[in-house]
Amino acid sequence: MKAPKFSYTRATSVEHALELLDTHGDGGRILAGGQSLMPTLNMRLSQPDMLIDINGLDDLKGISLDGDTVCIGALTRHVEVMNSDIVAEHLPLIAEAMPYVAHVAIRNRGTIGGSVALADPAAEMPACILALGATLVVQGSAGKREIPVEEFFHGLFETARADNELLVEIRIPSQKGDKVSVFLELARRHGDFAIAGIAAYGSVSGDTVTDMRLVYFASEDKPTIGANASAALNGKNWSDETKEAVNTALESDLEPMANLHGSAAMKMHLQKVLTGRAMDTAVVRASGAGGAA
Amino acid sequence: MGFIHPYERPNSYIGRTLPRSRAMRAVAGRGRYTDDITLPRTLHAAFVRSPYAHAKILNIETAAAKAADGVKLVMTGAELAEMCTGPWVGTLTVFDKMKAEPQYPMAVDRACWHGEAVVMVVAETRAQAEDAGELVTIDYEELPVVIRKEKAILPDSPVIHPNLGDNIAWEKTLGTGDVDKAFAEADHVLEETFEFGRHTAVSLEPRIVLADYDPGTEHLTIHTSSQCPHMIETVFARTLGVPEHKVRIIAPDVGGSFGLKIHTFGDEVAATAAAIKLARPVKFVADRLESFVSDIHARENRVHAKIGVMNDGTLVAAEIDDLSGVGAYSQFPRTSVFEANQILHITFGPYKHKNYRAKATVAYLNAVPTSQYRAVGHPIGITVAEHMMDWAADVTGLDPFDIRRKNVMEDDSYPQIIGSGLPMKDLSHQACLEKLFGLMNYEELRAEQAEFRKKGIYRGIGLASFIKGTAPSPVGFYGAGGARIAAQDATTVKLEPAGGVIVALGVTDQGQGVDTVMEQIAAAAIGCSMDMVRAISGDTDATPYGGGTYASRATAIGGEATYQAALDLRREILHMAGILLQTDAEELDIVDGNVVDFGSTEARIPLSEIGRIGHFQLGELPNDYQPILSHTRRYRLQDSPYIYTNGIHGAYVEVDVDTGWIKHLKHWVVEDCGRIINPQLADEQIRGGCVQGLGGALYEHCIYDDAGQLQNGTMADYVTPMAYEMPDIEVGHVETPTSESELGAKGAGESGTGAAPGVMMNAVNDAIKGLTSGRVTEQPIAPEVVLKALGKI
Repeated sequence: MKAPKFSYTRATSVEHALELLDTHGDGGRILAGGQSLMPTLNMRLSQPDMLIDINGLDDLKGISLDGDTVCIGALTRHVEVMNSDIVAEHLPLIAEAMPYVAHVAIRNRGTIGGSVALADPAAEMPACILALGATLVVQGSAGKREIPVEEFFHGLFETARADNELLVEIRIPSQKGDKVSVFLELARRHGDFAIAGIAAYGSVSGDTVTDMRLVYFASEDKPTIGANASAALNGKNWSDETKEAVNTALESDLEPMANLHGSAAMKMHLQKVLTGRAMDTAVVRASGAGGAA
Repeated sequence: MGFIHPYERPNSYIGRTLPRSRAMRAVAGRGRYTDDITLPRTLHAAFVRSPYAHAKILNIETAAAKAADGVKLVMTGAELAEMCTGPWVGTLTVFDKMKAEPQYPMAVDRACWHGEAVVMVVAETRAQAEDAGELVTIDYEELPVVIRKEKAILPDSPVIHPNLGDNIAWEKTLGTGDVDKAFAEADHVLEETFEFGRHTAVSLEPRIVLADYDPGTEHLTIHTSSQCPHMIETVFARTLGVPEHKVRIIAPDVGGSFGLKIHTFGDEVAATAAAIKLARPVKFVADRLESFVSDIHARENRVHAKIGVMNDGTLVAAEIDDLSGVGAYSQFPRTSVFEANQILHITFGPYKHKNYRAKATVAYLNAVPTSQYRAVGHPIGITVAEHMMDWAADVTGLDPFDIRRKNVMEDDSYPQIIGSGLPMKDLSHQACLEKLFGLMNYEELRAEQAEFRKKGIYRGIGLASFIKGTAPSPVGFYGAGGARIAAQDATTVKLEPAGGVIVALGVTDQGQGVDTVMEQIAAAAIGCSMDMVRAISGDTDATPYGGGTYASRATAIGGEATYQAALDLRREILHMAGILLQTDAEELDIVDGNVVDFGSTEARIPLSEIGRIGHFQLGELPNDYQPILSHTRRYRLQDSPYIYTNGIHGAYVEVDVDTGWIKHLKHWVVEDCGRIINPQLADEQIRGGCVQGLGGALYEHCIYDDAGQLQNGTMADYVTPMAYEMPDIEVGHVETPTSESELGAKGAGESGTGAAPGVMMNAVNDAIKGLTSGRVTEQPIAPEVVLKALGKI
């Protein structure tokens, strides 16, 4: 388990990193937190020519509020997101999800941008930012462009980011006070990649659900909006009948991938269970303090 | 004057919790594992392993690898075979009609499992060796793969080793009584089939060798992470044709072993051969990926069980039929059929039934060879028997405690013979049952369970009684079985000139505290303080030949050797003191490192004086007396095949009946390991063993696809138990000293592991009882298994 030979450059600016990406094309690989990259190198699953270390790029770090938008630099560590007051106040969904992101050691080093750019289908952050309707800011040598999160995730480890672009920022609309969010996942052990998971964000008024976006992850090849399930839910009272309709609709939204920890049938079953639990929780939260959570 | 047994003295070190002597340096980060040792000019080995489960090797091209940076040697299996005295054949004569294919350290013309070593590359660095390994090209022709044990034994199955005729390694049947008649007369006959998933040891420190050959002296020194340095010395010497007395094995700190490190592995022999050929030290560390495909696996079993029970809950007959799927070869020198053999012998072992029949069929597969992993066979047999007992309790309307109270052998009934024919003595099933009943607060726990159920929270309580074979004798399997594996062990206890005591052990310390336990025994037996005693283990040049640490034997066998050697030294010291003090030795005693008058604590002569005179001032002694200040004693079991131990586990779990997730709330163990030397170390052995057993019960599984590819050979995919998922484990003991030895210690190392899977399965089934007619009968008990039992998917 020794990595093959590679070259290494510590980028001195975003422009420098982009220049290196342009030069090395497919052979260049961004080193951010390294929590996924280093194991794949050591297992020789990945043999890049050049590692472009962006850890020195302070411009890409930090969490700030821009009006109604929370701006998170791509190089912000999970632990910083987890401990952020801004996130706690304005993005309770992400605050709720963060303890599920791997283990302490990984959160100390791994970055939110790395997780989003890698697009592991079992990762928590891609699902959360999809539920919240984020915008991804990527930068290439020709300049920046913004990609709505709905267009960002293309499939297993595939995104709308071009090989020579760098994910620089994630812009997430602050959660609205009249909406609720819920995050749930099931993993074999605490901190493992999830087998099934849901991130839900929307309104519950009285018993009536509106604007609820149900995002499923871990069972699909990318975080997936349960469009039919959401349609079956919105405008309805949350009841056993609605639950059944939502579960039926969900079958046309998801095509779970079997893996070592569960068959497709099991994952579909679990996503239905999580949907029910998420909405039960959403109703309780909406009837509670009425705050963002 | 009388002799007071050291364990009966007030404030004896025997029975006292003391910290491990190696703990301080380990927590300070100064542990010294084999990989911490680098000799001058050390080279590093890496292996090219078969990507196929079964393939003929047509051609191997090594020229590019040989020309790569830093490479000193590229060796094929065929080239290595020429350096070996012959192949290994993993049979023991005690396993009647067992068949095994001869095996060389690396594949010669055929690879028989995914991960078998085919080519070794030795280079200046490990990275260079791995780089060069990628330049080796091997042409394979794929052969039919035999990977499902149920199919492997069918007449139309492809045969892995044509010379053996079929894929069946061994078949065995044993039993007693008239099973068929008992079934016919039973009020209830229950039958079930159980599946157990193959798993592996996952020691934190992987396998490793650092081999160094000195062509000048023809001495071979191997640093290695081993439980059995003397056995490694014997096997490596004989395999590579080096005289045994010129081989030295050093096992420094060992980071977990669990049975994995009682075996010999071809890649380690290959690296040692490279050191001889190159006359330079060669290190090989199995990395995590290759550990999964080359460390022994264990416990791939399907067991069909049948019991006959009377209406009052009396077990009248039991029958099991085991099918074991082992690997491509029988692991040398201990074989791969021990697991099946243990299952036959220990299943239903706690109970009084007089009718028992057991059959095992062991099938070769194109998979990693299996062999002995902590509690060999016991987790399988105990799970099967205890599941059936709980089911019988259900059917007869008895409480799980009561059906066990009714059927376990009585504590005053020994010696006894159990259904498999094994003799039992010094057991305490009844006392352990009652102690557990109290520890669990059983009746209150049942009430709590019922309350939770009303709220839709499904909790389950499990029990699992067990027997556990520890400390095997030389008449059972080893020695008598033809393998050069010592079942005896030996300790040398020496008085040094300044009065300190060196205890040189044949048994070894893997972090469980064997060194400290032996220091306690020696200090207690001699009558000196702990800080005057130092144990040496894990160095064949410095310790007497012994079997090492396997099968829960270190304290039971090595402890008695230490005890007797220390008592010999004590007698010698008293004899010498008697001469010097002109007092009858019978009137003297040793207390706190001083020779005293019996009954007094006033020093008459300290051990430092005995040491000084005994080593330097022998003129003060009579001419006809040559003091022997170094005593070696050996110990082996005589008539019994094992020192059997017993106990019972309890578990309390919560099952999420919608998702199948299991939360383990509390675990209890009451066991009888005879005389306890260090209570905390005994408890922690039990706890660690429990967690390992729970790993197999809930998570661990080596998953093979139909092509024989291991699907989950990484720590991301192979799930082991972590602290977060583990409950508090409360440990209680009943101490029935074994009558086999004077010290009275039995084994403790595997009693946590053996019954943990069974108690977990019973607890889960108790939690879902009434919700479904299905029962969980498969391990690991993954969420999907629970959901299937509940009929939800």
